[in-house]
Order: sequence, then C-alpha cells, then structure tokens
Amino acid sequence: MQLTNRSKVVSKKEMTFAEKLYFPAILGGMGITLKHFFKKPVTVSYPEVKRDIAGVFRGQHTLKRDEKGAERCTACGLCAVACPAEAITMTAAERKKGEESLYREEKYAAVYEINMLRCIFCGLCEEACPKEAIFLTDRIVPSNFERDGFIYGKDKLVEGMNENRVDVTKRQTEEVNEFKKDKHYAHNK
Amino acid sequence: MPKVTIDNIEIEVPEGTTILQAARMIGGDVVPPAMCYYSNLKTSGGYCRTCIVKVSQASAKDPRPMPKPVASCRTFVQDGMVVQNTTSPELLEARKGVVEFLLINHPLDCPICDQAGECDLQNLAYEHGAAKTRYDFERRTFEKIDIGNKIKLHMTRCILCYRCVKVADQLTDGRVHGVMNRGDVSEISTYIQNAVENDFSGNMIDVCPVGALTDNTFRFKSRVWFTNPLDAHRACTKCTGKVVLWTKGNEVLRVSARKDKYAEVEEWICNDCRFEHKNMEDWNVEGARKTAHDSVISQNHYENIDLQKLKLEINRQIKHQGGKKIKEVYTQAQIENKK
Repeated sequence: MQLTNRSKVVSKKEMTFAEKLYFPAILGGMGITLKHFFKKPVTVSYPEVKRDIAGVFRGQHTLKRDEKGAERCTACGLCAVACPAEAITMTAAERKKGEESLYREEKYAAVYEINMLRCIFCGLCEEACPKEAIFLTDRIVPSNFERDGFIYGKDKLVEGMNENRVDVTKRQTEEVNEFKKDKHYAHNK
Repeated sequence: MPKVTIDNIEIEVPEGTTILQAARMIGGDVVPPAMCYYSNLKTSGGYCRTCIVKVSQASAKDPRPMPKPVASCRTFVQDGMVVQNTTSPELLEARKGVVEFLLINHPLDCPICDQAGECDLQNLAYEHGAAKTRYDFERRTFEKIDIGNKIKLHMTRCILCYRCVKVADQLTDGRVHGVMNRGDVSEISTYIQNAVENDFSGNMIDVCPVGALTDNTFRFKSRVWFTNPLDAHRACTKCTGKVVLWTKGNEVLRVSARKDKYAEVEEWICNDCRFEHKNMEDWNVEGARKTAHDSVISQNHYENIDLQKLKLEINRQIKHQGGKKIKEVYTQAQIENKK
C-alpha cells in the first residue's frame, strides 16, 4: 500500500569511475559552505548579544517581596500542586515575633526549591499563586555543570532589596490591573 | 411509612426521619450540603442554614407548599411530601445567599490555613459561592487561643456551627468550653481560657468544618495534599484505635479520625492516639486511604482502579445526567407557567 508519492526508488547501480573519485561531490559540498560565508548569520553570540524577547517570555522564576520588603510567599503549596512537572517543593514555617518585616504573613516558606531541570516554564505556578509572590521573568536560566546547581533555593529565587528588585510590571496585562482595582474580590483587599 | 419525593426521586423512609437523612438514603446529588448538622452528635443542626430545601408540597393531606425554604436537617418528612433541592433554581439562589452570609466574616486566609484542602466551607464556597463580596466593612477578628497545648482556636475563621460544643457536651465530661455572647459577637471560648483536658477533646478538630480548631502539633507542618493518607489501627484501651495517618515518607505528621463521604467522623478517637503516637512503629498500617477523585488530596496519588467500581460510578453519573434533564424540563415548565 502506498500512502504518499514522495518515496524514491533507490537504484543500486554500480558507480562510474568519476563518481568513485568523490572529488566533484566534495567540491559541490564546499561550494555550499562557501556560499554561507557571504550570508547573514542566523545565530547571535550570546551572552554578548541578546535577542529581543517578548515581555511575557517565561524564564527564570522570582519570588517577589511586597512594598515594605517582606516576602510575599506564604508556602500555601498551590504552585506545587499546579506544577505539571512536579518541580516545586517547599517547607513552611511559622513567623516568630520580630520577623514581621521579613515575612508578610504568619506562615512563610522556610525552604522553597524549584528544580530547573524538571521545570517546563509553563507559568502555571504564576497563575496559581494567590499572593502574587511567584513570577516568571525574562531572564534565562544559566547553564551549569552540576545537577545540584539547577535546584534553585530561596537564595537564588527571592528578589533582592532596593535596586536589586526584579521588574515584573510587563507581565501584568491591562485586564489583570483592572481586576486588581476591584476591592470586592476578597483577595484584592 | 411515609413516602417522600426529593428531586423527583421517591423513597419510603421510617417515621421520624428528617429530609436530610432521607436525601442521604437516596445519596448522590440530591443530598443538601450541611455545615452544622452532624449525624453522630445529638441536637446538632439548625444553625447554618446551608441545608435549606424547598418543600413544594407539605404532605398528602395538606398539599400546600411550605411558605419559605426549610432547614432539611431539622424538618421531619411527612407522607406525600415533595421536596426540591437542585431542581429548584430559586432554592439554589437562596443557598448562594446563605454561603455569602457564612463568608461575610470569614477571613479567607486559606493560603495559611491548615484546613485548606479538606475544608467544608472551601468546598461549599467553591460550589455555591460568588467570587465577589458585597460586604464593605471590616471583618471581625479575634486573638488566637490555645485550648490546651494541642488545639489551636482561630475564632476569626469560626462560622459558629456549634459542632465542637456538642462534642464537648456529649463526648467529654465536665465541659469547660462553649459559646459566649450573642449574635455577631458570639464566640467559641474556653471559660477564661481553661484547657480542655479530656481524652476525647481532640475530636473537636475533626468536627470543625472550617479551620477554626486545628491540630497544634500539625501547625504549618505540611499542606494536606502533600501528605500521604494511610488507614491504620492500634490496640487502644480508650477508643477503637482506627485512624488515618497523614504521612510524608516515613514520618507521621498528623493522626485524625476516619471520615465518611459526608465528612463525618465514623469512630471517635482518643487524644492518646491522636497526639501521642507519631511513630510509624506504633501503628499497623492497613493501606492507602481512598480519597475522592475530585479532592485536591488525591493529586499526585496514583492508585489501581477497580473496574467494577468505576462502572458503578459511570452509571451513577449517567443517572445524574438524567437528573439534569429533569431539571431542565422542570425549569422550562416553570417559565411557561409564568407566562
């Protein structure tokens, strides 16, 4: 049964002397290579040159802090349960007296790890987060020689203070900003 | 024996059965949700109003409808009674209003609440509630109270179902905890924060439909859906010792009583089992606890499927689809009547 007409009949005839030399074929191949010297390269020399990426590009995650610099994550586990790759694990802890400036609510993530080898950068964690704590950013996860180096803990995920903050304003669409203004949704209070 | 029709399904029940119990005898989707009624606790029910149903015919002798929705947990069936639950759109609207009332003062702190994932109010709000609130005022707040060193009371989350008070009344002796004050300032309290020191006081945690009473030894340990629930038992002199272990690896994070499909405790367990035995060696593990497939706890838990049971479930759902058709026919007839 023939499904397509793209199949080619392979001929098994003996090669001629000229063909057996392979010389014309090699020259032909080099010609193609030479042609590419005069074409615009399709690659860029990353990291010196970076391509333009969309504002909604989904790269390395960040755990946001609120306006006062307290961590927003409460270790509710919704990102982990939403994660189709099971890349996120966390351990919660209770906030002690005097730590109010560090953590926003009485529970916080003592350990928060994302396995970047497992992560498929789908952004479901970001979508599931009720506290606007986790965002995917336009940063690309750097390569590493060790597997352990791809397990990102809070040291790599939590954004810095002041000038080291990670800008995620591009990631919030008009509709989301409009939704957030409505104080009749309980989570906007 | 009186015959009652609930959502077009007729059933014969013994004298003195409530509508809720009759609906549970039928099972499936006709069962009204209940937040305060608890079949194991006497005189429970009648507070939360989530189980309201429409009685469109009071009895065979007096076929007039009841003037307003009635609490099905406190209304006894009469012969020839016709009850509507999911087939009545205005009843569902009324129930939505009840849920809105229950949520008025609820803090919605599910991300930090240990009950999240097994919370009756969460399920109820998900099924009936609205995403928006119309309430502009400050919600009532209370300080957290430790009832003994094992139970934590978050009065802010309480919906005043009185279940824990009934447990304290009926299961334990020398009750030191109850409801103080009246109306919207009423609160569950131990009188001047007296510890509840009774062998069965821990059952308050299990009967609480929200996260108001939580296990202090499990506080923030893990979300329920990261744990692996196992059926287990041990020889206990005080109770039957049949429990559910909420484990992570080889570690027992929490021990709770076994609950049936209406989230009601099957057999009460003692505090000794609940709080003092957190080692795997203490327990004879029977196997994995079955969790409902639509529960978040069943996430990432894989199990062998019993094909026979699956067939029964599919049949039930086909029946349920049939019920929906009846509902459509009914509403159509109603629209035409109004015209």
